[in-house]
Amino acid sequence: MRDLHKMLILVGLALAACGVYLFQDLNGSFDYALPRRGVKVFAMVLTGVAIAYATVVFQTITHNRILTPSIMGLDSLYMLLQTLLIFFLGSDHITIVNKQVNFLLSIAVMVIFALLFYRLLFKKNDRPVYFLLLVGIICGTFFGSITTFLQVLIDPNEFSIIQDRMFASFNNVNSDLVWTSLVIITLLIAFAWKQNSSLDVLTLGRDTAINLGVNYDALVKQMLVLSAVLIAIATALVGPITFFGLIVANLSYQFFTSYKHSVLLTGSIVISVVALVGGQWVVERIFTFNTTLSVIINFIGGIYFIYLLLKESRSK
Amino acid sequence: MIQVRELTKLYGKKQVVENVSVDIQRGQITSFIGPNGAGKSTLLSMVSRLLDADTGEVLIDSTNTKKLKSNEFSKRVSILKQSNYMNVRLTIRELVSFGRFPYSKGRLNDEDEKMVDQSIDYMDLKEMENSYLDELSGGQRQRAFIAMVIAQDTDYILLDEPLNNLDMKHSVQIMKILRRLVDELGKTVVIVLHDINFASVYSDRIVALKNGRVVKDGTTEEIIQSAALKEIYDMDIPIQQMNNCRICVYFNS
Repeated sequence: MRDLHKMLILVGLALAACGVYLFQDLNGSFDYALPRRGVKVFAMVLTGVAIAYATVVFQTITHNRILTPSIMGLDSLYMLLQTLLIFFLGSDHITIVNKQVNFLLSIAVMVIFALLFYRLLFKKNDRPVYFLLLVGIICGTFFGSITTFLQVLIDPNEFSIIQDRMFASFNNVNSDLVWTSLVIITLLIAFAWKQNSSLDVLTLGRDTAINLGVNYDALVKQMLVLSAVLIAIATALVGPITFFGLIVANLSYQFFTSYKHSVLLTGSIVISVVALVGGQWVVERIFTFNTTLSVIINFIGGIYFIYLLLKESRSK
Repeated sequence: MIQVRELTKLYGKKQVVENVSVDIQRGQITSFIGPNGAGKSTLLSMVSRLLDADTGEVLIDSTNTKKLKSNEFSKRVSILKQSNYMNVRLTIRELVSFGRFPYSKGRLNDEDEKMVDQSIDYMDLKEMENSYLDELSGGQRQRAFIAMVIAQDTDYILLDEPLNNLDMKHSVQIMKILRRLVDELGKTVVIVLHDINFASVYSDRIVALKNGRVVKDGTTEEIIQSAALKEIYDMDIPIQQMNNCRICVYFNS
């Protein structure tokens, strides 16, 4: 089966998932249920696009297919920020109550962190990728420990608000944030899409990429910041969900024979829409909200991750 | 001509390449030889901008390489390193097509396709152009990478130990191809070699490095001499003349 046919089938599946999710048992409730479901689907599509794009790009610049951008510790940083805000300012402070303010603040903090991270790691070009991985894990663990420490001390009522932010959820997405995210993501991807052929060259390795005239340092820096911003948006929108990117990126590599980023990126985006909208439908209709989508994602993602590790170790 | 001017590279406090100045003439094969750790590969990496030099400069046809944009550079100088590990499965043709990236940015026109065809023919890979690289032998893979560099169509071609892990037959094959690139297409080839006999038989000039410095720089006849080799390798190496080739008999010295 050619890549184009596979893509068409996937797009069909994605549209079908969105259609079923939007219109099943609607009973003519066009004014009430449809707009609410619409916002959710919209949020899921945006999250899917951001996570898929960020992960594929991140894996290309780090030359590693079992990494996700969460290695930079952005998820833990988000949780730390939320906990700090509630701990020191209280759950009725404007930075928590006003979702727009919280959203922009979260994005700003994560992007600034990513830039610092970049300066630290990529400024000297003799630092290997594994160094980045280790520092990221240490930062993530560090943030996680402080978060846990503060959560133990905090007032139980306030803790329940933090708990609400700990898991990705599409059930109470703010519709204003969806529009803000749409604008930022569209601009970012419109700008980044031009770099696809350079990313193709980057898969050949640093030396070959430089030999072929790719401005390696600048490209890696751009793409790292891009994936950090995309992850920041997705996390600020629905909560920590970065692990999800690992599944869709690798499914896309397995599914499509092409090495081209235009194909791989589109493929992983469509796969993530199918998985998110389909998964949310399963959560709502089959589990009747007894579980959350992020629990299912982490469960399936974990199994898939182990499979990938076993496969990689066997191929070497 | 490539002019290397006082290049120095430090790793920590250790000077891996120390104040090296070398001229590389057009239309010749120049070999870099020397013991392990002499700084040959580091020097080649700096000339090809894979590695930043701590001090010094490189001029290519009288232009300072720092003033060249990466894309312009890649139309004039190409570099092939020893290890070419990749994350993707590519066919030979796809790999060779990447050689046209500096010109086409990934969108190949008819002229690019023609260059790709010519390069594949030149390396005698036509029958297997749609095979995947991971299905090939070491020699075939190396030829595929050289085909990519030929498609890149640069005046200067730099190769870092291209004979590594190749058997005798494939080593000779690669060296003959490099000789043809110089003699037929007028390319300039700079190559890091470990086997001094390949350097002796195929190169026009030899630059010998030791402890990060140039110890000898001259024509092949000047360098392949017992006295000169003693200085480079600290070994007494007798030299035998066979069928117009000067062969270093270093195995039991």
